[in-house]
Formats: sequence, structure tokens, C-alpha cells
Amino acid sequence: MNIVVCVKQVPMSGDAKVDPVTGVMIRSSADTKLNPFDLYAIETALRLKKEGDKVVALTMGPPSAAAALEECIAMGIDDGILVTDRAFAGADVLATSYTLSQAIRRVNPDIIICGKQTTDGDTAQVGAEISEFLGIPCVSNVDDVAGVKDGYITMTSNLGDVEETVKVKLPCLISVEKEIYTPRLPSYKRKKDLGKIELKTLTLQDFIDKDPNNYGLKGSPTQVERIFPPEVKVEKLALDKADAAGGIYKILKDKKFI
Amino acid sequence: MYKKFEKADYENILKFISKDRVYYGEEITEDYCHDELGGAYGKPDIIIFVKSTEEVSAIMKYAYANNIPVVVRGSGTGLVGAAVALYNGIMICTTMMNNILELDEKNLTLTVEPGVLLLEINKYLEDKNLLYPPDPGEKSATIAGNISTNAGGMRAVKYGVTRDYVRELTLVLPNGEITKVGGKTVKDCSGYDLKNLICGSEGTLAIVTEAVLKLVPKPMHSISLLVPFDTLEGAIESVPSIIASRAIPTAIEFMERETILFAEEYNGKKFPDTSYPAYILMTFDGSTKAGVLADYEYVADLVLKELGAKDVFIVDTDERNEMVWTARGVFLEAIKGSTTEMDECDVVVPRDKVAAFIKYTYEVSEKYGVRMPSFGHAGDGNLHIYICKDELTDQAFKKVLEDVFNDLYNKAEEFGGKVSGEHGIGYAKREYLVRTLGVKHEIMKGIKKVFDEKNILNPDKVI
Repeated sequence: MNIVVCVKQVPMSGDAKVDPVTGVMIRSSADTKLNPFDLYAIETALRLKKEGDKVVALTMGPPSAAAALEECIAMGIDDGILVTDRAFAGADVLATSYTLSQAIRRVNPDIIICGKQTTDGDTAQVGAEISEFLGIPCVSNVDDVAGVKDGYITMTSNLGDVEETVKVKLPCLISVEKEIYTPRLPSYKRKKDLGKIELKTLTLQDFIDKDPNNYGLKGSPTQVERIFPPEVKVEKLALDKADAAGGIYKILKDKKFI
Repeated sequence: MYKKFEKADYENILKFISKDRVYYGEEITEDYCHDELGGAYGKPDIIIFVKSTEEVSAIMKYAYANNIPVVVRGSGTGLVGAAVALYNGIMICTTMMNNILELDEKNLTLTVEPGVLLLEINKYLEDKNLLYPPDPGEKSATIAGNISTNAGGMRAVKYGVTRDYVRELTLVLPNGEITKVGGKTVKDCSGYDLKNLICGSEGTLAIVTEAVLKLVPKPMHSISLLVPFDTLEGAIESVPSIIASRAIPTAIEFMERETILFAEEYNGKKFPDTSYPAYILMTFDGSTKAGVLADYEYVADLVLKELGAKDVFIVDTDERNEMVWTARGVFLEAIKGSTTEMDECDVVVPRDKVAAFIKYTYEVSEKYGVRMPSFGHAGDGNLHIYICKDELTDQAFKKVLEDVFNDLYNKAEEFGGKVSGEHGIGYAKREYLVRTLGVKHEIMKGIKKVFDEKNILNPDKVI
């Protein structure tokens, strides 16, 4: 069985800074990390992996994104594929998904695993769109995987108010929640033992569809008017000492925590 | 002996303290009769939540004039009964004096009231690129509580302990007089060092009502390594060689799988790795990424090649730090949750004796048939060993504690260690301290007498 995990290199800091004039997100390429949500996808892949299986991490980005793949390998992934080409720059969600789907076609995996979302883009749409382009089923919000048997994978998808147990025929794409497993840490020893890692690189020329108009800025129908980080809403209220417990109870009930 | 606190005293105190900050008689709950470990119990007659140095002074003047015992309490997170009102009387609670008064960026100091919580200090400094280095596990402790026990915490290996970061203290003496010790100056050789004497005196000499803390520039880069070993001894035995390598980590903690499993259960979250019997957790920090990288790679190679480490896991992002350090932060509570009752031994021994001491705890555990999980600061020799009651009867547990403590403290002394590394002596460990003091006991009693001739401030604690 072949498993592909889609990962992304994101800024180290969780607080995205936005240029107030241009509205473009300021990214410092020096300080990056593996998208935290992807760690859960990697862990899921490594737990599904049986003897003889191969798990490959795939990322789209500039050549410096190779560091993200090396980290995946230090965590236990077998190989890394860097999807990189100037033609891919400036891609929106649609173009990104299309590019990744083209790269994945080269690998022909049985299962594709994505994290829930990235910490910089936050759209949580790439996984589902890849599956559309590949014409395979997609299961999102997966918080438990029962296992793979006879060409099917069985898992639990948590939709907030309802949990579904889903059995899907391979190949398929799943995107996993943070609750699924605690991701393992990268191993310094594994990194040392493997030595210099040769990553595979895919460019536009390696794809089936080589039309540059379908990629990058040209392939992106999204027009970005303004980018801004989500508003953080903090409510403060003072409760009367005499009825603090009752007040807190009411708030929790109103917000449906209890 | 002491004057019994009566209704008339309550009414007199209400003349200078607002009634809504005073609890008297039936209003006093159990919470204020003990700290976080059993052993010491005492109900204060009155609890006063103070708001200013002047209020503390007025209370002390009243207590001094009337010969009433006084105990000061912060968050009540102590572990040796230091903030328990053994002789009833007045309890002064500092938690409402919780303002950060001044950040002096030119002198790199932070002036705080005594009830400011450790977590509030860290939060306040977070975006200012400054750091208050002492890092005890209990973040909801008050700063004055930390000062009174000279709390150490996890960064002690590189940065030292609370005492090293206190510049000046405002004190109320037992007779109500107000004075300051220390100062914002970096150097001070002007008479006896009273500031350092107050740090670690567990509220027996004077009451801290304001503190000027020393800050350092925040190290911009930090990385932790989680290193698994086949045995706990192997893990701990690696530490002296790491220290000798000169690549000084800010922290070196050791932990056993069993303790991690308790923490998993307590937190409801899985730890990233539990496949080995023992681990050490180290942090390296510095101003440049390259410097930190060089330090940690050197140590990582050392532990793998020469010290028997099975692997080296890298903890390099906020998320990974949270996964690992959150578990470390709840070890005490997690072990507490695994048993019916427990007591602890907070000995500190020279660093090259830690492994031998831990090995000795196994012997003791077997000898008395009692469970004794431990964790601690391998890097500074401070161990936290917990003696669990589990299914023992009250009487049997009492006997076991006595025997175990005797053995452990004797062994610590033999190794050149001390009764307490950072939790203090308070009431619970007094007997064990006193018997190791010799002539120093008389000196300490003399010091106490100079500060508190009537012995009204936290009587029968420490010495």
C-alpha cells in the first residue's frame, strides 16, 4: 500500500502579521515550520503503515520547503517529493489543489492523508478539492481510523453534532482532526542515520497537464481584495459575587457547553 | 503563650481593614487550614486579604501589641505546611495585592506586589523580549511564595534560583515597621545581606509586600530534546557527562514512563512517546539559532554515542513544547491523583550523586513495601520523591513515612545533600532539618529572635 501525506511549510509564528498598506501577509522565510495540523496526518500515515507499505510526504513550495520534507522523514516518513516550479507561484486554493492532484497522479497512492487545514491559509479546502480533481472519495473530520481491510478503509468522521462511521473504497483521501493521535517527535537519530536525503522533485514538465495557464497565478480565479487575520473576540464581563456560580452556569448553558 | 484571638480583636481590626476583605470564625473555609500536601493543619481565627504595605504594617502593629500569632499566605500551593496557622490567630492573605507596579527597562527590573502569580509575570513579559528566569512547576504560586521558599524550578541549571533574581524587597517586620532590603543596584556590599536572608525564610522573619525582580533579555531561540533510555539509572547517569560537556542546558529533567502515564491520564492527552522506561528532557536556549543548534547537536551526539541513549527526539515548535512540557508541568498533580494520599521528599544532592540516590530509593521502596515514584531536576540534583499511601492504613502510612524519611534524609546527608532543594522546610520537614544543623541551629534561632523577639510571625516553622 502506498500512502501520500500532503504537508506545507508555514511561518513559525501563529500570529500572522499583515502589511497594513498592501494587505499582503508578511512571511519571514527564515522562520518556518511544518504546518502543525500536518503532524496529525503524518502520525496517522505512520500508524496505518504496515510492512512493505510506503509513506511519502508531498509538498508544494519553493526549494527551501525541502526542510519541511526532511522533518517528515525525521518523523519516520520514507520519502519526500517537492513540487516546485516558478509556474506554480501565486496559486490560490483551486490552483494549489490542482497542482497537488497532478503531482499525486505520478505516485498513484492508495490513501492520501491531509491535515485539517494550514495555520497560514486556514481554508481547510485543499484536501477536498484534490479528491475532486482525482475523482476519488474524500472523508473529512476523521478523528479515528479503525483500519484498512480488503481494499476498504473504515474510520470515524466527527461532524460536530454527529459522528459517522465511514467505510470507503480505496483509493481515497482523508483529512484528519487534531484529536486523532498525538504526533510523534522528529528523531535526531533517524536524521543522522539516514545522512543526506535525496528528495524527489516534480516540476510542471513532469505533469500530465503541462499547460501553464492551469497553474499558479494564471490558474487562480480567486481575486484577493484584502487579507486580514481573523478577529480575536474576547468578551469580558463581571458577575455579581452573590450569583457568580449561577451566572457562569447560565453562560455555559447559553453557549451550549453544558 | 499567645493571646487568644477574640471577637473584640475582630472588631478592632475592622476599624482599619474593610469588612469585605475580612473572614472571621464560621466564614473561614477548610481551604485555608492546610496547603497542598497533608500533614499540617490549623484553622486561623481571622483571614485578612490585604491591599497595601500600610495595611500589613497596621495588622502587624496590632498583632505585636496584643501578642497574636500571624501567618502569611499566598496561593496556598506550598507542600510543607509553611503557610498553615498552627497556632490559629491571624492569617494575612496577599492574593489581592497582585499588581505589577513598574517595568524598568533601563535597569532591567520588574517591580511587583507579593500576590502576583508566576504565570502573570511570564505573561506580562511575553511580548517584551524579557524573561524572569526562575521556572518552578507551580505557575499559580505567588511571587512572594516563591521568594519565601527560594523556589528553584526547571531552569536552575543555567539561570539559578529565585534568590538570584530578587533585587529589592519591601518588608513589614513583626513589630509593624516598614523597611527595604537590597536595591536596584547590580552590586551591593553594604553590610550584611538581609535581602538574601529573607529569600527562603518561609515567612518567619518578615512579610514581603513588594519585590523588585531582576530580568534578563529573553533568549530568542530555544529547543528541547527528549532522550529515551533503557533504564532510569542510565538516564540519570548521563547527566554529569552532559554537564561536563560545557554545553549548558537551561534544564535537565528526568522522568519515568510510569509518571508520564499518570500525566497522560491526568491531562487526558497522550505524550508523544512512551515506549521507553525512562527519559531525560533537556532545553537549550540562546540568542542565535546557530548557537543553540551547535549546543544541542553536540549533546545529542554525546548521549547517542557515549551515554547509551536510545534516540533523541526534537521538541522545536510551540505545539511540540506544549505536548511535552504540559505533561511535565502536571507530574506532581498526576502522581497525587494516582494514590489516596502522599508525602514528598524534596532532597537535593550533588549532581554526580543523583543516580546513586535514585537507586537507593528503589531499595527503600522495596524495604518498606511502599510505592515511591519520582521525577525531578537531574540537572541541579533536586529530586522529588513521592511516598504513596495507596492501600495502607493511616497508622501504617505514618510509620512508613517516618522510616522512609529517616532513611532518605540520612542518605542525602551522607552524599553531602540538603533536606530541601526548593519546597522548603515549613512545618513538615523541620525535624529533619534541625537534626542536620548542629551549631547552625543556634545561629538561626538567634536570627529569628532579632527579627521577631515575640515569636509571633509564623511560629514553629523552619527551625
